[in-house]
Amino acid sequence: MNLTRDPLIPMVAQVTDIRADTPDVKTFRVVGLDGKKPMEHIPGQCAMLSMPGVGEALFSITSSPTNEDYLEFSIKKCGCVTNWLHAIEPGQQLTLRGPYGNGFPVDTDFLGKDLLFIAGGIGLAPLRSVINYVRHYRERYGSVDIVYGARSKEDLVDYQEILTQWCREDGIHVHLTIDNPQPDWEGHVGFVPNYVKELAFDTGKTVVMCGPPIMIKFTLAGLEELGFRRDQVYTTFELKMKCALGKCGRCNIGDKYVCKDGPVFRLDQMTQLPDEY
Amino acid sequence: MKTWKLSTLDALFAAIAGKQTLYIPADVAGQPVFARWEPGLAMTRALNTGRSAKDLFFPQVEDLARFRVAGKTVSVSPAQALQEPFVIFGVRACDCRSFDILDSVFLAEPADTFYQARREQATVVTLACSQPEETCFCTSLGIDPQAPGGDVSCWMAEDTLYLQANTEKGEALLASLPRLEDGEKPDADSSVFDKLPLKDLDFSAFSGKALMDWFNSPVWERLSQSCLGCGSCTFVCPTCQCYDVRDFDTGHGVQRYRCWDSCMYSDFTMMAHGTNRPTQKERFRQRFMHKLVYHPNNHGGQIGCVGCGRCLQKCPISMNIVKVANALKEGKA
Amino acid sequence: MQSRVIEKAASLLESGACTRVLGWKAGAFFYDVTPAVFTCAQEVREQMVFNPFCGANLSKYLIAESRKEGRIAVFLKPCDTFSFVQLQKEHRIARDKVWAVGVQCRGMCDIDSLKELGLKGVTAVEEAEDDLRVTTLYQEKTISRKEALSPRCHTCKSRKLLDCDELIGDQGQDLPSSRFAQVEALEAMTPEERFAFWRGELSKCIRCNACRNVCPACSCEKCVFDNPNSGVQNKAAASSFEENLFHIIRAFHVAGRCTDCGECTRVCPQHIPLHLLNRKFIKDMNEFYGPYQAGGDFDAKPPMLAFTLDDPEASIITNGRDGQ
Repeated sequence: MNLTRDPLIPMVAQVTDIRADTPDVKTFRVVGLDGKKPMEHIPGQCAMLSMPGVGEALFSITSSPTNEDYLEFSIKKCGCVTNWLHAIEPGQQLTLRGPYGNGFPVDTDFLGKDLLFIAGGIGLAPLRSVINYVRHYRERYGSVDIVYGARSKEDLVDYQEILTQWCREDGIHVHLTIDNPQPDWEGHVGFVPNYVKELAFDTGKTVVMCGPPIMIKFTLAGLEELGFRRDQVYTTFELKMKCALGKCGRCNIGDKYVCKDGPVFRLDQMTQLPDEY
Repeated sequence: MKTWKLSTLDALFAAIAGKQTLYIPADVAGQPVFARWEPGLAMTRALNTGRSAKDLFFPQVEDLARFRVAGKTVSVSPAQALQEPFVIFGVRACDCRSFDILDSVFLAEPADTFYQARREQATVVTLACSQPEETCFCTSLGIDPQAPGGDVSCWMAEDTLYLQANTEKGEALLASLPRLEDGEKPDADSSVFDKLPLKDLDFSAFSGKALMDWFNSPVWERLSQSCLGCGSCTFVCPTCQCYDVRDFDTGHGVQRYRCWDSCMYSDFTMMAHGTNRPTQKERFRQRFMHKLVYHPNNHGGQIGCVGCGRCLQKCPISMNIVKVANALKEGKA
Repeated sequence: MQSRVIEKAASLLESGACTRVLGWKAGAFFYDVTPAVFTCAQEVREQMVFNPFCGANLSKYLIAESRKEGRIAVFLKPCDTFSFVQLQKEHRIARDKVWAVGVQCRGMCDIDSLKELGLKGVTAVEEAEDDLRVTTLYQEKTISRKEALSPRCHTCKSRKLLDCDELIGDQGQDLPSSRFAQVEALEAMTPEERFAFWRGELSKCIRCNACRNVCPACSCEKCVFDNPNSGVQNKAAASSFEENLFHIIRAFHVAGRCTDCGECTRVCPQHIPLHLLNRKFIKDMNEFYGPYQAGGDFDAKPPMLAFTLDDPEASIITNGRDGQ
């Protein structure tokens, strides 16, 4: 009998850089102990990060697969593991396993499509991987629109990358919005669902959406009003997970496991599943 | 088919245990349980154990890894999967079928290596039933309690144990035993199984694509209203396989272990921002939807129940899968 | 008794005196009754039962039920009424939302007691005066009701129906109970024997939490054992030390509030005699601080909340009770 290492057993990895994005979001750069990128992934896939004694949790890989040097995770401070992560310094080791999940269909369904990314708050994290992948293989895709909203300017994740890179590229249209007016903000003010309706996008686009459930719900309603069909809309889910292997039995929505069958779902698939997320 | 005198069952156990670890269903502190055989340990008279045979493949608690944390460094040493062969004797047909259901989850890619190692090391010796309890309904799930399967099937009749090897592993076990004689078992009387009150349960309605209809059934509210939210049903169930992974600081390192979990517990899906199953109704529904609809949908129609009747016997408020299945089909509770 | 309970339940709903009735619902085998809330008289007449297997104590459900709209009627056996009073003393039940119907009791039966008698495959039970006619897959047998009693009912402490709005059957009296005999037997053991006894019993625990969840005294909104930051492994019998502690800590938490209803032992799927831990506390408190019955009345001050200068400090007395 030749047993491989159990999939629940993580590898040790190292945090080499920590960037504070917003007051409660930091982006962590992670490499293996050999200094190299620890795993290959598809945009939208996730990995389990853990600190022994603190806990283990699933995070979306924020960096693009085209980045050959490291993985990045943009993480909002909200629970046990994330509180710990926000307190560490570069050089800290942690454990890593993955990648998990299906990822976005960047090399199939998305090819040749005009893409509309819609994100709210930390919901940009999983989309950033896709956006940067699409930017890298720009010729494979049509136009790119990005609608991104947060509570305030300070809560926009990756704001510097958006300003200095995304906004300056031809064929990429970035539409930023914040919930309430503030003195140093000249852009749009208002909630994402309304902004999407105002922008009245062409209904031929493929939509990639991530954000708080309430944003998803209202934005979807707005998109349907504009004439979008659910089978044009992709989103990514997150539920409580322990194994990320489809075995521990808790991240299911109906008969689909978010960890294994997701986290990316096309919204027409969700109409046949319970509203239990 | 081989035979052995029941009056010298102890000698058979001794012969098996001389070569590998043997577990038999025995009474320990008054409770029937699969226990490691030692000289003098006798088989229980109970039809089935309180806890199921899944314990031997999916123990309630097991270590996954140990970690050392020093300054900013972390090191990991994985726990060893089981390397020793063992025999489990006296598994009933229902529990034997539960291994197939557990296999469909744990051996699916990527396989759980701790479970896989135990399955590979085990020789399962089943025992046919002749005196069922009123709570038995394995026959309505397509299980024949008188042809229990496993690596070796056994029957007890009069003063004789009959043994039939079904697999290579079973052949090897029987070949390793001395003094087995050839024989043919007499035809068993199966009339008592026809009298079982729950023998005609029909689960066929649950597989297929009516997921949302079952999920939205009005019966969940009533059925779940007196559920205590304890884990008795999940922990005695041979097919419940949900687990939790936790860390324990031993004071000289961190031990990561997994343990049985219960979807009936309030923290099962609790996240930093709350839970998507906030009341007992959602948790209760999850358990039965999983067994009756979700698992079959994902595994070729295989219902996640083997009809062992443990939940019928053990639920503190006598709510169980039979009552749930009937209420769902009738559309009222 | 059954017909009087059902008629009472139906009339309470029909008259509009109550919007809901908390009682027991029939199962498939007579003995497998489930606590249930009924909302219409027809349902009550079709599905409600009151038979010798209605052992479940309904008091704890009133914590949630008395917070809902409308008044709920509840059927309580004598021992259940002690929990009812105790929960009120702890301000857990809104009394004005409850119509309590006391039901006199001759002791409740238990399917496990039938199994102890060697009855296997019990498909039906019929009540006939002081006997039970039991049909099994293998035989028919008449046994006395007394033989089928739940073990806890053999040492019933009281048939008083406390704080009820009306009674079905007569008011009862305290009974001379031998309930402390089992505790005395444990006390008579050597520490080594006692340790071995409890290790044997508690090692059977599967941490299903049925004992805690059924216990009327365990009414915390969030249990310490469910707190992920508590440092205990709430679901795993992770070590023998922890199994012991779970039950012992729980016994400490309910000391002075446990009415000795025996639900913990009834629901334990592993048949651990958990009530003996609580009963030991009750016996000790009776001996240290004078007789006290949790839930026995509204006025008596619980010993763990009262203090007098001559209280013995049991934990620092050598050799326990004799004060030397």
